[in-house]
Amino acid sequence: MKEYINRLNKAFDNRVRLGIMSALAANQSLDFNRLKELLDLTDGNLASHLKALEKQDYIAFEKAFIDRKPKTTYNITLEGRKAFADHINALEAIIKKQ
Amino acid sequence: MEESRLTHYFVFQSTFNMSNKYVQDIAEIRKMMEKSSRFISLSGLSGILAGIYALAGAYIAWKLAYATEEMVYSEQTVRNVRANWDYLMLDAFAVLFLTIITCIYLTRKKARKEGVKTWDTVAQKLLVNLFIPLIAGGILVIVLYTNGIIGLIAPITLIFYGLGLLNASYYTYKDIRYLGITEIILGLLASIYIGYGLLIWAIGFGVLHIVYGAVMYFKYEK
Repeated sequence: MKEYINRLNKAFDNRVRLGIMSALAANQSLDFNRLKELLDLTDGNLASHLKALEKQDYIAFEKAFIDRKPKTTYNITLEGRKAFADHINALEAIIKKQ
Repeated sequence: MEESRLTHYFVFQSTFNMSNKYVQDIAEIRKMMEKSSRFISLSGLSGILAGIYALAGAYIAWKLAYATEEMVYSEQTVRNVRANWDYLMLDAFAVLFLTIITCIYLTRKKARKEGVKTWDTVAQKLLVNLFIPLIAGGILVIVLYTNGIIGLIAPITLIFYGLGLLNASYYTYKDIRYLGITEIILGLLASIYIGYGLLIWAIGFGVLHIVYGAVMYFKYEK
């Protein structure tokens, strides 16, 4: 039991970050506004969580200008995908153990 | 003694709460993956209504296209397709129009209830993927008609509609995939038994929509 709990990723302990990773895992890429709408967050709140995941190299972003408006799209990195899968496997193992 | 029991109780409570959190985490992951990649505001009710419109339309088409000839024996023949072409087209477009209006209305209503946007990227992808086979099929139907191959129109509409559903199913409930496959099979059957085209068409667009709409309604909306 303890070993599985240790395998949980601290970065995904937060619900918002878990939500961001889930949404990005299910889509090739999502832009900032779409993430905001999905998670129902304010700009600042979402940005800080995105930055935290970015710092760990779990997600990457691309900036582009569409109609002169900046548009940032986010996608999950290979590393992020692996870390997220490990986290889900650990969660499932813990639940199964009970 | 009391104290140790109390500690035991708290330890038990906290592991229980933790495991509860893990279950909720998994539920949250699943919900977010679905919500971000699937359009789930399709209403089962619109399926039921679309099926009823299709049955009514098929009945009118049957009255228009088939003539009963009373000679020595009574015989039903398809003979009035070209004569009644304008009315048949009107019938078909009325069904199409009513279906689209009903779908838009009920989907918007359901989306509003769930607090999601109706016209988001997933909805767009769903429609684009549905309409690529539908438009191809529609063009093929026009080509067949101009070449006088009327018997293949009903099977072609079923097959291409099925392909459209199959394509769209990646962006909504997986059940739609099986509806698509069933429509394709019915279309192929209709192409073999051409005389039963309209009947099989009524099953595919009428009965199947009602059955699937009801299943979806009770599975996801009740």
